[in-house]
Amino acid sequence: MAPALRDRPRRRPLRGIAVAIALGVVLGGCGRQSIVSPRSPQTHDIRTLWWWMLGVGGIVFLGAIVMLTMAYLRRDVRGLPFIGDREPIAQGLVVMFGIAIPLVVLVALFGVSDVYLIDSTSPPDPRTTAMTVEVIGHQWWWEVHYRGTGAVTANEIHIPVETRVNVVATSADVIHSFWVPQLARKIDEVPGRQNRVLLYADRPGSYRGQCAEFCGAQHAHMALYVIAQPMAQFRAWLAAMSAPARNPSGGAAAIGRRLFEADQCASCHQIRGVTAPVTVGPDLTHLATRSSLAAATIPNRPSYLERWIANPQSIKPGDRMPDLGLPRWQISDIVAYLDSLR
Amino acid sequence: MATVITPRGQRQVQRLERIWIERKGLLGWITTTDHKRIGIMYFFTSLILFGAGGAEALTIRTQLFGPNNHVVSPETYDQLFTMHGVTMIFLFVIPMTTGAFGNYLVPLMIGARDMAFPRMNAVSYWLFLGSAVFIYMGLASGHAPNAGWFDYVPLASKAYDPGNNIDFYGYGLIFNGIASTATSINIIVTIFKLRAPGMSFNRMPLFCFAFLAVSFSLLFALPSLSVACLFLELDRQLGFHFYDAAHGGDPLLWQNLFWIFGHPEVYIIILPAFGIATAIIPTFSHRKMVFFPLVALAELLVAFLGFGVWVHHMFVVGYATITTVYFAAASMIIVIPSAIQLFAWITTILTGKPQFKTPLLWIIGFIVYFMIGGLSGVTVAAIPFDQQVEDSYYIVAHFHFVIFGAAVFPILGGMYFWFPKVTGRMYHEGLGKLSFWLTFVGTFVVFFPMHILGILGMPRRVYTYPPGMGWTFINQSETVGAFLLAAGLLLIVGNLTWSYFRGAEAGNDPWEGDTLEWSTTSPPPPYNYPVIPTVTSPYAMWDKSDRELDSRRLERGEGVLQQGHETVASTVQDAEWDEIVSMPPHSLWPFLVGLAAPGGFAMLLLHHYWIAAGFLVLAGLLLIGWHHREVAA
Repeated sequence: MAPALRDRPRRRPLRGIAVAIALGVVLGGCGRQSIVSPRSPQTHDIRTLWWWMLGVGGIVFLGAIVMLTMAYLRRDVRGLPFIGDREPIAQGLVVMFGIAIPLVVLVALFGVSDVYLIDSTSPPDPRTTAMTVEVIGHQWWWEVHYRGTGAVTANEIHIPVETRVNVVATSADVIHSFWVPQLARKIDEVPGRQNRVLLYADRPGSYRGQCAEFCGAQHAHMALYVIAQPMAQFRAWLAAMSAPARNPSGGAAAIGRRLFEADQCASCHQIRGVTAPVTVGPDLTHLATRSSLAAATIPNRPSYLERWIANPQSIKPGDRMPDLGLPRWQISDIVAYLDSLR
Repeated sequence: MATVITPRGQRQVQRLERIWIERKGLLGWITTTDHKRIGIMYFFTSLILFGAGGAEALTIRTQLFGPNNHVVSPETYDQLFTMHGVTMIFLFVIPMTTGAFGNYLVPLMIGARDMAFPRMNAVSYWLFLGSAVFIYMGLASGHAPNAGWFDYVPLASKAYDPGNNIDFYGYGLIFNGIASTATSINIIVTIFKLRAPGMSFNRMPLFCFAFLAVSFSLLFALPSLSVACLFLELDRQLGFHFYDAAHGGDPLLWQNLFWIFGHPEVYIIILPAFGIATAIIPTFSHRKMVFFPLVALAELLVAFLGFGVWVHHMFVVGYATITTVYFAAASMIIVIPSAIQLFAWITTILTGKPQFKTPLLWIIGFIVYFMIGGLSGVTVAAIPFDQQVEDSYYIVAHFHFVIFGAAVFPILGGMYFWFPKVTGRMYHEGLGKLSFWLTFVGTFVVFFPMHILGILGMPRRVYTYPPGMGWTFINQSETVGAFLLAAGLLLIVGNLTWSYFRGAEAGNDPWEGDTLEWSTTSPPPPYNYPVIPTVTSPYAMWDKSDRELDSRRLERGEGVLQQGHETVASTVQDAEWDEIVSMPPHSLWPFLVGLAAPGGFAMLLLHHYWIAAGFLVLAGLLLIGWHHREVAA
């Protein structure tokens, strides 16, 4: 492998993101998919609901534990202090704790969660959203389209911050579930259905998400990032993403491009402006701008990309991408090419 | 107090001994129609399968001990968690509760001499055994089902799972369902028709109410699963399109059919536990159950309402909000009958004089864990929260508290409680308590942190996870808890095995129990009771005058039925003496049916449809042969 590849200049637009991810890992390592570090109004509501439910549930639980403890402490004495053990009194206790109190608590919970809060997690009215992103689940990666533009990407969704985004979730094969816990509830991707969910981030950052519905051998390695950025940055990104791939000026990358077309790569992956449209594997038109590979399984660095192309089955056993058995020199040229796709 | 047998009564008993004599040896077990021996066979079979399911669970926990672990391959992991679910639900809890506890105890508690259909009972067992072997042949051949116990299509369709893994599931569950259906019909008819004269419904033990509710649930829930599996196999084998969105089918049809079965199933699993709790609590609290009629009603209501909540497993599939809200409301309503029972148990213990022996400890553990599982269940009836934690480890925590903490703890407590009755020996109390505490702590350590994992966003059914997510330490402690739990369970087996050989004599009634089974000898004779018992209240054993009356009736030969292999049928509601029914003797036919049926299913799996048809015709002929012989006899 050419040493120059490792030492290539830093990608400026990604530096902020890389720092954000690193900070995220260090500062809030526990929080990357935590539903109690919400970054949107709906997940904020859900967190509040959770702490309330935990609190009230905790009181109910402690109440029962107190009763059992009393039963233990008074094991040699029949009945309760003052009120004894007469059946009507015992029955009254059952009615109070088994019917009356649960009824009040449940009606309150139903009102708050299933009548009031449910509005914030229901599919958004499309008129209230600024844009629509289509997220199509595949075994085991995410295909992403920006409706109304030519932009196609995979495993990384950029959205403008503080903007209501309408996500249309569907599947190309089996059932998946789109879940970015800090930003939104999950929504299943069911073949034949177009499900929708609101995506919103109230501050810039990189948010990890993961497939939540069991979808086969590599369900564990089907993650993604949602990157929320200021509107101007997002617009620039979207414009770049809509453009076809840049042609390499020469050198290893130019050889890599010819190898990409000649080897089996192009039968599954499209590079817009270069190869025929195909969606068996992720679109690679601007691969070098993404932060991760193989559905957020490994970082997008040339050394990892090389390992991935050489032996994907050792990283994601059972993955649809086969071990192609390409010679090492071909791989490093292909890596050079892919790494030039910004 | 037990029925006293005088010398005159002894002569009646000797006649009964001759009439109800059982074959000896292995052939005796194969041909038996005695509900107690069938119950024991169910017990050991499902216990072995419990061990298999447990071994699968420990392997899963070992794989999850650290991030990016490589103990098993992803494919093996998928097979393991699928088999763990299928085993625990279909091959352990259902046969252990309805098959072992139901079979052994229901006829005893209602004062009958056997189940209503003794041969069908035997055939249920052999079919269950056949289905278990059938399903485990998948694992043995390396092709175990691998799409989860919920087996969602299209992942389970031929296009994405071309091997025969899923066929072991599809055919196996249809097969297993036949056995469970037969058992539930048997329990229903037994409870409706064979109750001792005088045991009207308001005098029937709550244990039997629970088993009645379970049997009805099984009877009405299983067809949905069988149809779902039938459609699945038609899609897979013959190219039908029930679940194929590309050809006008719908993958959500599977989910609906599956959960129309699957949610009642949850109550099918938990209701026997309620029944066992209501048997153990009054005995050790020395107090009648508080609010008996309401508790009986609540048991039936849970089973009924359980049929109206299935979409709460589908809050994130994209259904309209109004649909989901209806099912959320129904799911919250079902909390009420559960809460009624919970507080009836607690109040009974609280106002009684509880003796905290091993069986009651398990019930206390059950109450504590049922509270945790129930409360987390309420939280997921709040749709927005469910939409966050669905398919995360929070759900795994929730249902393990319900299914393991709440459903299995009473089974384990029940093993200790009825061990003296079944074997005639006492278990070791100190080791019993130790096994409880080990299991109790282990259960908490393995399952409670899963709530936190879910809150931290760890999805279910992942074979591994990356480092740096805050999940590693929690997973490690859970794995330690799993082995602690396994140690507790092994100690139970050790205790009971040792006690079987070395335990003290138990006598008929070591607990001063409240139900009829404690009036007969331990273990009970093949005819259960020398005289069909007199019943005037739901706490038959505490009505001492009735038991004295039984002794006098035995002397007079009244209600002894010494003319043949007989028991008493009574009217459904009021249990008035109806007629004497003749029970079939032991027979080889059920075993032969049980041999032919697995052959048929194996041939279906191998696509030899004509041979499969041959086996099924053979099974039909065997049933005719069985009938013919009964008429001739």
